[in-house]
Amino acid sequence: MSRYYSSISAVLLLLTVSFNSIAEEVNVYSARKENLIKPLLDKFSAETGIKTNLITAGADKLLTRMANEGRNTPADLLITTDAGRLDRAKRADVLQKIESPVIDKLVPAHLRDVDGQWVGLSQRARVIFYAKDRVNADELSTYEDLADPKWKKRICIRGSSNIYNQSMVASMIAEKGETETLQWAKALVANLARKPKGGDRDQIKAAAAGQCDIAVANTYYFGTMLDNKKDAKQVEAAKKVAVFWPNQSDRGAHVNVSGVGVSKYSKNRENAIRLIEYMLSAESQSWYASVNYEYPVVADVPASELVAAWGEFKSDVLNLSRLGELNAQAVKIMDKAGWQ
Amino acid sequence: MIPSNIRQLGHQSILDRLWQPSIVLTALIFAIPVLTVAGFLFQPSADIWQHLLDTVLIDYIGNSFLLMVGVGLGTFSIGVSCAWLTSVCQFPGKQIFVWALLLPLAMPAYIIAYTYTGMFDFAGPVQTALREWTDWGYGDYFFPEIRSIGGAIAMFSFVLYPYVYLLARAAFLDQSVCVIEVSRTLGCNLWSAFYRVALPLARPAIVAGMSLALMETLADYGTVSYFGIGVFTTGIFRTWFGLGDSVAAAKLAAILLLFVFTLVLVERASRRKAQYHHATNRYQQLPQYQLTGLKAWLACTACLMPLLLGFVLPAVQLGSWALDTYVEMVDESFIRLTLHTVLLGFSASIMAVLLALFLAYGRRVIGSKSVIASIRIVATGYAIPGTVVAVGVIIPFAWLDNTIDGFMREQFDISTGLILSGSLFAVMFAYMVRFLAVSIQSVEAGLGKIKHSMDEASRSLGYKPGQILLKVHLPLMKGSVLTALLIVFVDVMKELPATLILRPFNFNTLAVRAFELASDERLADSSTAALMIVAAGLIPVILLSKSISVSRAGS
Repeated sequence: MSRYYSSISAVLLLLTVSFNSIAEEVNVYSARKENLIKPLLDKFSAETGIKTNLITAGADKLLTRMANEGRNTPADLLITTDAGRLDRAKRADVLQKIESPVIDKLVPAHLRDVDGQWVGLSQRARVIFYAKDRVNADELSTYEDLADPKWKKRICIRGSSNIYNQSMVASMIAEKGETETLQWAKALVANLARKPKGGDRDQIKAAAAGQCDIAVANTYYFGTMLDNKKDAKQVEAAKKVAVFWPNQSDRGAHVNVSGVGVSKYSKNRENAIRLIEYMLSAESQSWYASVNYEYPVVADVPASELVAAWGEFKSDVLNLSRLGELNAQAVKIMDKAGWQ
Repeated sequence: MIPSNIRQLGHQSILDRLWQPSIVLTALIFAIPVLTVAGFLFQPSADIWQHLLDTVLIDYIGNSFLLMVGVGLGTFSIGVSCAWLTSVCQFPGKQIFVWALLLPLAMPAYIIAYTYTGMFDFAGPVQTALREWTDWGYGDYFFPEIRSIGGAIAMFSFVLYPYVYLLARAAFLDQSVCVIEVSRTLGCNLWSAFYRVALPLARPAIVAGMSLALMETLADYGTVSYFGIGVFTTGIFRTWFGLGDSVAAAKLAAILLLFVFTLVLVERASRRKAQYHHATNRYQQLPQYQLTGLKAWLACTACLMPLLLGFVLPAVQLGSWALDTYVEMVDESFIRLTLHTVLLGFSASIMAVLLALFLAYGRRVIGSKSVIASIRIVATGYAIPGTVVAVGVIIPFAWLDNTIDGFMREQFDISTGLILSGSLFAVMFAYMVRFLAVSIQSVEAGLGKIKHSMDEASRSLGYKPGQILLKVHLPLMKGSVLTALLIVFVDVMKELPATLILRPFNFNTLAVRAFELASDERLADSSTAALMIVAAGLIPVILLSKSISVSRAGS
């Protein structure tokens, strides 16, 4: 008889275990590409036993989906590759305040939402690259200086539909106001060596190949070029240009983050916050930042060797929430400036 | 067309009477996403619309128009000339060209765009080698710019001409040999027989092919955004997401639809009441004209160029990249996502063809205004960017789910959660909205070739509409049905934005994998997935060519 009971209790135990393993999960909507996030989620699952489920797509579309799914949304976390979209999510009322003293302590305030609804996971800087054989670093100074006529037909930058350019212009509006930014954008467009096209990496390649002398791009694209083990041509091209950190004597270089917010209707809130804390641990930060040649957000975690070689820099500490607020204005200004 | 009063005379089953409303209903269901987006039009708009009018709208219209004219000319000239050559001429390599000319169909436009840019851009290997060789610098020489509107026209023409080729060739092969021979006895040479007889007779098929190509061009986002060309799709996304104004974005989408409707109307107006049937059923092997010498070589080159540019060149480049990267890229998950993709394509194509048969056949039998209008509406989905369709699916589905959930909570205190949203059903639904046009075009083209007198004869011999479909039409239009199946399959394999947004957790397809890597400018890494799309598309494409050559009525 006792064997009978024990087998029943074993079955019950099994049931609860499997029930728990269904319940113990985190659902992630991610705008960061699968290969840059999934390994970390898998590691988290292996260490904690919490299952992670992932969908990747563009941030705006994930946000639309989340907003429409409303209180039934399966999403626990929304990961984006820029702060502007996190701000948009906040204003669409799909996020909640992240209650975690650990997180507040680890991440500097300007890389977090003012109301605690999202937090940065890695930093990327948008800087100026110059062709070493044609430009002297002394000639460069600030983003504002790119409007100077001396750069006529010498600048490469990608199109205005790109969020990184929109954020950069938004940061300029925050600093200089709309009128001055419009003038700047018009002058910048007049200095372009070619119509904006391609991605960031294309701009760096064009500068290396001599189509233009300076290019504006995010640093991590430069990292992927330098570290390209399959295509020696990309490494060669990358070596022809160097990083210039703009605005070091005033507000600092423009940075953005990839970041995360907790869904307002999250059904696995504890696990979600646990995953964020996990992503901010020294080991994860180091992996998360270096896999994409970015900078960690946690202060004492060093950047990878390759990234650190570009030197220390001062970054703009404008709270990134502002980028989202000013995004529509930035797009309008770029339209008016004829920035395609 | 049978006058309706005669049709009324026949015995009408309940099924017959339900047909019309169910067609209208089906059409309405699949029109929901388009209507949802159109619904934004009636919301109050901010000053954004005025801003668009002042700044970028003219560019969007101008560029879209240029793109359509260019791609129209490109696909027409490549598609029709290759179809005619491979239908009635004999020249070296013809047997291979017959099927190989379809291969570019398997190549997604954004992949070929990335590949060509990788090869021919200023910083790419070709131009770099040229500069090293000649010691030229930037601005010292002329080289066509790939990332321009001309480049985009070339990219689209290279991969979309197979639509025209496919339908035009099927039409040429189906033409009664009599009309060609009569035209020859009346003094036409081969050229004027083509120009004055075969081409006009194949017109519905050619127009169907071109409208598919143009609609796909209008719906493209990947290529134009990479090339930095401001067209409607790029404008819609920018306005919707960058400017945060869904109303202005919907207005742009509405103008896009206007483009499509104008296209369709112009064609219909120019065709007027003419119907394209052959007067006789006497079919025999089409005459084959043996080309020799220079003519043979010209024909061979004419067929070789599109094949080289649209398929061989990019495939070789992808292949050489894949050789370097496949070891890292092929793993268990890669095999799983290949399976997912193929299964998805397979089930979607079957569903699309069944629905198309239902709609197109209903139109043939009933042909009332409401039925025709319903089918027209369904067929516009192809021109709508996948993202717009996806958003149009998300909104009503989530609303329905949440309403049911709310009701169940209130009445029975249970939560049903999301039923349709985030399921494969939603993905499949979006595919139908996008691709029904393809299967309808193809099935209608097949049905159109079958004379109404044949229906009348069958009915007078006692067949019901359903029986006519099974016993008379289906055997006759096997080729068109297969064509529809296979084109939808290949299209689903390549489909990106709707899959991306609507899919359930942990569900991936080849296109998603390829695009994620390529858009990150990791072309070499994306090549394995891209090649797999092409490879999986090859099998149906080869089947397709076989089906056309055996589908000739009478053979």
